[in-house]
Amino acid sequence: MPERARLDFDAWSFRLVMGGLTAVTVFFLLFPTVIVILTSFTASESLKFPPDGYSLRWYAALLGADQMRRAAWNSLEVAVMATAASVALGTAGALAIGRSRAWWAHALDSLFMSPLLLPGLAFGFAALMYVSLLGVELSLATLTVGHIVVCVPFVLRTTIASLAQLDPALLDSSASLGASPLFTFRRVTLPMIGRGIGAGAFIAFMASFDNIPVSLFLSDARTEVLPIHLWQIIDTHLDVRAASVSAVLIVLTLLLMLVAERLAGLSRHLR
Amino acid sequence: MTERAGAGARGEWWLALPLAAVFAGFFLAPLGVLAVVSLFAEPEMVTFGLRQYRVVLGDTFNLRTLSDTLLLGAKATVLCLVLGYPLAWVTARVRPRLRALLLFVVILPILTSVVVRTFAWIVILGRQGVLNKAALALGLAEEPLRLLFSEVGVVVVLAQVQMPLMVLPLVTTLQKIDPNLADASLALGAGRWRTFRRVVVPLSLPGIVAGCILVYAAAATAFITQTLIGGARLLYMPLFIYQQATGAQNWPLAAAAAVVFMASVLLVVSLFNLLGRTRRARTYA
Repeated sequence: MPERARLDFDAWSFRLVMGGLTAVTVFFLLFPTVIVILTSFTASESLKFPPDGYSLRWYAALLGADQMRRAAWNSLEVAVMATAASVALGTAGALAIGRSRAWWAHALDSLFMSPLLLPGLAFGFAALMYVSLLGVELSLATLTVGHIVVCVPFVLRTTIASLAQLDPALLDSSASLGASPLFTFRRVTLPMIGRGIGAGAFIAFMASFDNIPVSLFLSDARTEVLPIHLWQIIDTHLDVRAASVSAVLIVLTLLLMLVAERLAGLSRHLR
Repeated sequence: MTERAGAGARGEWWLALPLAAVFAGFFLAPLGVLAVVSLFAEPEMVTFGLRQYRVVLGDTFNLRTLSDTLLLGAKATVLCLVLGYPLAWVTARVRPRLRALLLFVVILPILTSVVVRTFAWIVILGRQGVLNKAALALGLAEEPLRLLFSEVGVVVVLAQVQMPLMVLPLVTTLQKIDPNLADASLALGAGRWRTFRRVVVPLSLPGIVAGCILVYAAAATAFITQTLIGGARLLYMPLFIYQQATGAQNWPLAAAAAVVFMASVLLVVSLFNLLGRTRRARTYA
């Protein structure tokens, strides 16, 4: 029957195209990561794939890379401070605007989210001019403030999303049973939205640790951060330490991701 | 219900004050400075005038850089959509365990450092890179291909780097679609392709719009990927702004370029948003 054959072909070609493209995309997503990890075990002087031999020498070379370690420290310090501030400011902001349908809440929501859409480089440059206009010297503190602006949206988004799932009746019952607002927040609201805040904090941390557009303008030689240092290594003399430090970062990211998935159900909050 | 939600919000509005203060002081104020600096007529910043905007918008070379950048974002977005949609569709459909695994594959790159991801592509695309080695070994090419420092290279890498931004909103919308609708369409004899085109894709339009906007904004402004993969020969707006701001020390020109670039990206994004809205209205009409 030709009709039957047409339907068969229809179903069969559809499956083939969707399945095929999915396989291609999964490969496309994973391939670079695998390549970096394999390259990091290169034994030779220069980057080549496949490597001529395998060794751990470029991992050993990381131990002596003082400048890189200082940059990593700076990054960590800024990321921790920016995340802490983003969580405090973002959670408070989410409580204020997350459950309100007033016009000002909508306006503030768009304002607070806009750093996600604006070119980060433009904001970084604007911040540099602003800081020099105020006559403030660049420091880890100015860098942190710049990072807060671009990290807050992540905390805000996940927290507002979990607030939306919080049944207001719970808050009313708590209040009508005589609990103070602070007590209700600590014992009812916080346990319910804690995972959302946690997921947002994790993404904010990663975003700060990896930020380039803002750091490009707000960090100098003293406050150099890891992504900038890494960018310069890759841009000037592509050495294999770039691969070994990348592999270290990938493994750390994987570990943090698994922890975040366990504690905060990360993957549900990313959407 | 509304009253209750309102009661909750009335007492809490002041909680937004600290964040609003931070944004006023460290986001809106710098952007204001950016706008003012862009209005200076010369690098020494003495007199006001629209000269810098004439330089950005009147010069063919600069205009070309702007349109190249906006087109680059569009190309990366299209590639992301073509490759990302099937993955999202499959992810929304499979058993929960496999779905968790696929989501993990999607999320891993977004959390891996952008520099690291871009560096991986240098190893893959370089003259001595994985792809060239493979092409030479298989006899597909006589000599190493120029993949790095080409626009095709930049588009491919941008698509990979920004893929999660496309797939995640798509999975969310696709999961919300009632599977009975597609089943009904199939039972009525529409076939897989037609069901996909006429039922699944229109219903997932909000996810497509959200994903495209995120990818576009990220791809057009991706300084690191553009400069490392594109090299110095391919000039896009972020590099142009950076060069004018730091190398040439021409702050007014860099500021005007940044303002024009921001406005163009926002314009494209809102046009797309609008397009999605009218299409949706027509679908449901």
